[in-house]
Amino acid sequence: MNDKIKFTLNGDEVEAAKGETIWQVAKRLGVEIPHLCYTPKPGYRADGNCRACMVEIEGERVLAASCIRTPTDGMTVLSASERAKSARDMVFEMLVADQPKKAQAHEPDSAFWQWAGALGVETSRLPAREAPTPDISHPAMAVNLDACIHCNLCVRACREVQVNDVIGMAGRGHGAKIVFDMGDPMGNSTCVACGECVQACPTGALMPATMVDSKGVYKGDADKQVETLCPYCGVGCQVTFHVKDDAILFVEGRDGPANENRLCVKGRFGFDYTKHAHRLMKPLIRKDGVAKDGQEKLDPANPLTHFREATWEEALDKAADGLKTILERDGGDALAGFGSAKGSNEEAYMVQKLVRQGFGTNNVDHCTRLCHASSVAALMEGINSGAVTAPFTAAADAEVIIVIGARPEHNHPVAATFLKNAAKAGKRLIIIDPRRQDLSRLAEHHLQFKPGTDVALLNAMIHTIIEEGLTDDQYIQGYTEGFEALKESIKAFPPEKMAAVCGIDADTIRTVARTYASAERSIIFWGMGISQHVHGTDNARCLIALSMITGHVGRPGTGLHPLRGQNNVQGASDAGLIPWVYPDYKSVEDDETRGVYEDLWGRDLDRKKGLTVVEIMDNVHAGVIKGMYIMGENPAMSDPDVGHARDGLAKLEHLVVQDLFLTETAAFADVVLPASAFPEKTGTFTNTNRQVQLARPALALPGDTRQDWWIIQEIANRLGLGWTYTEPKDVFAEMRQTMKSFTGITWERLEAENSVTYPCDNEDVPGHDVIFGDGFPTASGRAQLVPAAVTPPDELPDDDYPLVLTTGRMLEHWHTGAMTRRAATLDALEPVAVASLHPAQMDMLGISAGDTVKVQSRRGTIDIAIRADRDVPEGMVFIPFCFNEAAANLLTNPQLDPYGKIPEFKFCAVRVEAQGQIKAAE
Amino acid sequence: MSSTASKKNSRKGGASPYFPKGRQVEPEALEQVRALLGDAPRRRDLLIEHLHRIQDRFGHLSAAHLAALAEEMRLAMTEVYEVATFYAHFDVVMEDETPPPALTIRVCDSLTCEMMGAQELLSSLGNHYAGRVRVIRAPCMGRCETAPVAEVGHHHVTGATLEKVCAAADDGHTHPVNPEHIGFDAYRAEGGYDLLTACLDGKKTPDELIGILSDAGLRGLGGAGFPTGQKWKIVRGYTGPRLMAVNADEGEPGTFKDRVYMERDPHRFLEGMLIAAWVVEATDIYIYLRDEYPGLREVLAGEIAKAEAMLEDGGLNKATNIHLRRGAGAYICGEESAMIESIEGKRGLPRHRPPYVAEVGLFDRPTLVQNVETLFWLRDIIESPEWFTDEGRNGRQGLRSFSVSGRVKEPGVKLAPAGITVRELIDEFCGGMADGHKFKGYLPGGASGGILPASMSDIPLDFGTLEEHGCFIGSAAVVILSDKDSAKDAALNLMRFFEDESCGQCTPCRVGTEKAVALMAEKEWDEALLGDLSQAMTDASICGLGQAAANPLKMVLAHFRDDLICK
Repeated sequence: MNDKIKFTLNGDEVEAAKGETIWQVAKRLGVEIPHLCYTPKPGYRADGNCRACMVEIEGERVLAASCIRTPTDGMTVLSASERAKSARDMVFEMLVADQPKKAQAHEPDSAFWQWAGALGVETSRLPAREAPTPDISHPAMAVNLDACIHCNLCVRACREVQVNDVIGMAGRGHGAKIVFDMGDPMGNSTCVACGECVQACPTGALMPATMVDSKGVYKGDADKQVETLCPYCGVGCQVTFHVKDDAILFVEGRDGPANENRLCVKGRFGFDYTKHAHRLMKPLIRKDGVAKDGQEKLDPANPLTHFREATWEEALDKAADGLKTILERDGGDALAGFGSAKGSNEEAYMVQKLVRQGFGTNNVDHCTRLCHASSVAALMEGINSGAVTAPFTAAADAEVIIVIGARPEHNHPVAATFLKNAAKAGKRLIIIDPRRQDLSRLAEHHLQFKPGTDVALLNAMIHTIIEEGLTDDQYIQGYTEGFEALKESIKAFPPEKMAAVCGIDADTIRTVARTYASAERSIIFWGMGISQHVHGTDNARCLIALSMITGHVGRPGTGLHPLRGQNNVQGASDAGLIPWVYPDYKSVEDDETRGVYEDLWGRDLDRKKGLTVVEIMDNVHAGVIKGMYIMGENPAMSDPDVGHARDGLAKLEHLVVQDLFLTETAAFADVVLPASAFPEKTGTFTNTNRQVQLARPALALPGDTRQDWWIIQEIANRLGLGWTYTEPKDVFAEMRQTMKSFTGITWERLEAENSVTYPCDNEDVPGHDVIFGDGFPTASGRAQLVPAAVTPPDELPDDDYPLVLTTGRMLEHWHTGAMTRRAATLDALEPVAVASLHPAQMDMLGISAGDTVKVQSRRGTIDIAIRADRDVPEGMVFIPFCFNEAAANLLTNPQLDPYGKIPEFKFCAVRVEAQGQIKAAE
Repeated sequence: MSSTASKKNSRKGGASPYFPKGRQVEPEALEQVRALLGDAPRRRDLLIEHLHRIQDRFGHLSAAHLAALAEEMRLAMTEVYEVATFYAHFDVVMEDETPPPALTIRVCDSLTCEMMGAQELLSSLGNHYAGRVRVIRAPCMGRCETAPVAEVGHHHVTGATLEKVCAAADDGHTHPVNPEHIGFDAYRAEGGYDLLTACLDGKKTPDELIGILSDAGLRGLGGAGFPTGQKWKIVRGYTGPRLMAVNADEGEPGTFKDRVYMERDPHRFLEGMLIAAWVVEATDIYIYLRDEYPGLREVLAGEIAKAEAMLEDGGLNKATNIHLRRGAGAYICGEESAMIESIEGKRGLPRHRPPYVAEVGLFDRPTLVQNVETLFWLRDIIESPEWFTDEGRNGRQGLRSFSVSGRVKEPGVKLAPAGITVRELIDEFCGGMADGHKFKGYLPGGASGGILPASMSDIPLDFGTLEEHGCFIGSAAVVILSDKDSAKDAALNLMRFFEDESCGQCTPCRVGTEKAVALMAEKEWDEALLGDLSQAMTDASICGLGQAAANPLKMVLAHFRDDLICK
């Protein structure tokens, strides 16, 4: 069947596909029609308002907007008739009348001025209106509405693409104007500074503040564009750095599979940290006789109080010698290494290889231990695969979307946009989290359950589904095992009984369970609200069971998606930066696998599992581990009970830290090696969607800094390993020798395609987005259902410590803040350490917003300012862990989940006291 | 870093870091909004209704209430704000602004009222109250036969003078006066609702009714003139569920017929509406009534309840729910797709066609949109088509309701034969020209239908007869100008009206009307530039407002050059 539409365009017989507009057909055939309010980019609906693209259609009384009009059979369209052209010219003349003159334009290269130039309409006979005043209230963006043409692309950007719902078109007629919230200055609005509007604006009315001078005039073009990635979260946005004078002038999103041109505030405005005055430019060696003290704070602006500068030769020798001494004296088990989920796959591989081959131990770990270790444990146990079964973009195909224990708008902002798109398109969104969030507004239900009662709530849902016969029995029979045991154990969890435990009434539990189970396609997203508990693995087991008993996996719009935290936590885990597995999750206890690596690396390897992050610190205290190599991690901020961790770091005989800044961890180092920042390096990174993507260098290495891969190799070779990599590509090639997950993914392919999803069958086909449509990579091919028991949080509130502390991130600040608090815009947006409490709770405590209070747990005390935040339930305190001046992890509880060895960052007991009413310390 | 942090205690721009971003919802405001909304659903389409509740109760919309309403309705603040600021009858008051005085007097400054002295009234009222009462201009109030008109609170003062308006304001006459009307019992007693009952009882068929209307040649009397029977057939052809929307947003300056008919005999209109809904099997009917008719709204609310009770008693109302919706001061919402947007609780932006509302209308469902008068005559035409078809002049058939205002002796709604000329209309139906006035020209179809000179007074007035002269009949609002009136001033008045009422969506209308006003306010007109501007507005605007906005301008350039100085 031919469903093409045949029509005439400027005298030529042409064809249009169904739904294709006249403008799109014309563009395809090389006929240029001006356009301003229309952009042919994904996510942007044609709106037809600017009338710059008018064409004449024979037999119609008036002209038609070609961007929004689809042709019909037999239609005769003239895009270049006098009537059409003069209407378009007049539209431009009307708009030019109210613009700043081209010589003073905010963006003389804007789409508007390009088209005006092409049409020869750069001046106007019409009188100008009164120009609106500029709005410079926002640190990141300049708002100059004198250049606004009311095309509402920014409104669509904000409301339909990113769904942040801040920008509106207020008023009407010639009084209509772009507003933020309710006509507020942008900087005082709910704007989250994703910058989508800036990227969409065709006139320069909205621009990155870095592109214009203080008078709003354009600073000039970039020297070069570099196509690379965003270094922040696990979403894996592709970006273009516009570089001028070896600095990033501004950033645009690229059309990557995970971001479709979208970015968030960090990815768009968070890059000047690489030029921060604290950046280490030379290797540092601890001064002789300067002791390490766990309580001491070092000024990162002035490392020379405790360190002296050294040559690379000296520093590398000293770093390696210290490790060698311990190795030779105490053996490999006295050493440990941390790699980084912020580094590339190649760097992760090199670090684990260094530890295994060079130190001869499996004591290698990274911050996956602190984020999704329990999720991965449950997934490995259940389906023998720790990665997501479907990308977050699969939300578009789902009917029901559950988001549990996650705040994607803050922690995975671009992934959140796809969830919001889905919700706005009518998909049913269910949020399960003790804290409310902006996403809740779009949700059908937000179950604000009692913190730490996840298993009770989830088991009650599973109970409902099984009891009410909503299971997919065929799927259970075909693809799972252990259902009978689950069915038996779940009998103890009727919603009516669990309601009191989790604080959600039985009807709601049942309704949500039915909604999830009965839909044709349901998908679950989760974050660290699930994983960072002593029962994190049990939490994840419940989610796996939910999806398996309903058959909501392996099909479009279904699946299990733990939203991975760091930009390369998936890749670093895949590369073997885990104490009990080699690359691709091959057990270190498996003789065959070990044999492969022993052959490849030419030595006997450690036969036992290594220690995890928190265990390593305990072993430092116990005197077992004496030396450490830490690349790009900051356990002195990120570990639970960080006072204990800092004491441990101080106790180390020899500590080598490789980083950009004198981090809280580097302060305890013997040798600090100044490393490369993301925009300076080449490498592959694997995002939460299993998309392996290529990063390219945009900036030169500053000062005497070095590439991370080079530094690791220099250490390795000083331990006698004889590595000969000349570039990251060589490392990638070695990884491909043993890693099946890189099948079909070559360096050359990544250079050409930027992104390839694994698993991938071969180099000629795309990878598989949605996996496990036909069973699982387990021995039986079936998923193992594991009943979850209710374990209470380790430390419940009591009279002394009556509140629950939960920790996490905030939108602007990444992880421990090492990068983002040194990014001027991000730090300007969130400059102060704050603890968020519900206003009613604040009233009970007799404190007000902005008061500095003491927050105390059994492990530590911090002074911190109070933020009044109605998203936080009464009885809870939320503190982001990015603020070194009030480190939340001084308070957190280091108790571990028994399977994933992840600490309980999401729950400990604290008390909050206003200054002046502090209880005597215990 | 700790050193950096201690330096700063606020975000750039002064936003406090001690709260989440943006305006915070105030608990008291939220309580007030919740109390005011009571059990009413929080659906998006009720946003304008809810804004009215707050405006009615507090006299304005404070930022705190808007933020609270947004939270309560689970909307973004900007979604509420952009709707609130689109409609003229909402007074948004931000934190740093002063609420308006308790009483507002609106003076109509549309063409007829302006001809009758609105500007003088406006300035004398302003001087008299000196800020104690808010005195503002407003567009056509649909009472042009009694111009000039002012609205004191919600009380309309007709034939307004400074004294009359002040008396009403000072005595507290601020509530609408409910018009005398034929009530339910009286209407029923003379056979009212028998036809509807016959339909509902299956004694008539939809096809039968469609046939009668098609034969009678009834066309949409809101202005577009689309054959009614055909429209019903088209809507019935689309897969249900189907909806119906009644356009009672009579805003075209000079038009007041719908008000007169609804005020006089509301059940005749309601019966016609229910018959049409029955034909297209509409599950819900939305009556969109302009906010300028507050007395009528009270009457309709009461009479609709009686009609519904009758239907329910007869077990007949299972199929159709009636929703009476209130406009909020926006001419553009008389455009059918803008009206649909407004019923959905949004800004009144006209939609692109295709698709047409018959297929994708209210809530994206097939929708029958009908004007009030079209429905008003249904019963009479179906019961006795000859009553309608026997009429007509100059080769035209049927009846038309002309809203005549301006310089005639007896202005008002004139039910006259289709095809009548303006000369015949003045002489036979309006008692001739007003004393001391000489016929100079006329607007055949309200603000957008163009202006014709007295020399062209023999054109039959009907759908399709005026287009060749660059005009159209539209809603048949005929405004008569005399030798005392300037055509240039009239054109400027009309262009100002369009400038104020443009929704602002498309460039040619938003910018074009604004630039045209600036150029037309000049002593000398730049004819070439105005010509280019009007052509682009006509050719490239999205909807009829922008496409027709230049009609008066073009007609004045064509026919009233004595009133002009051109460059």
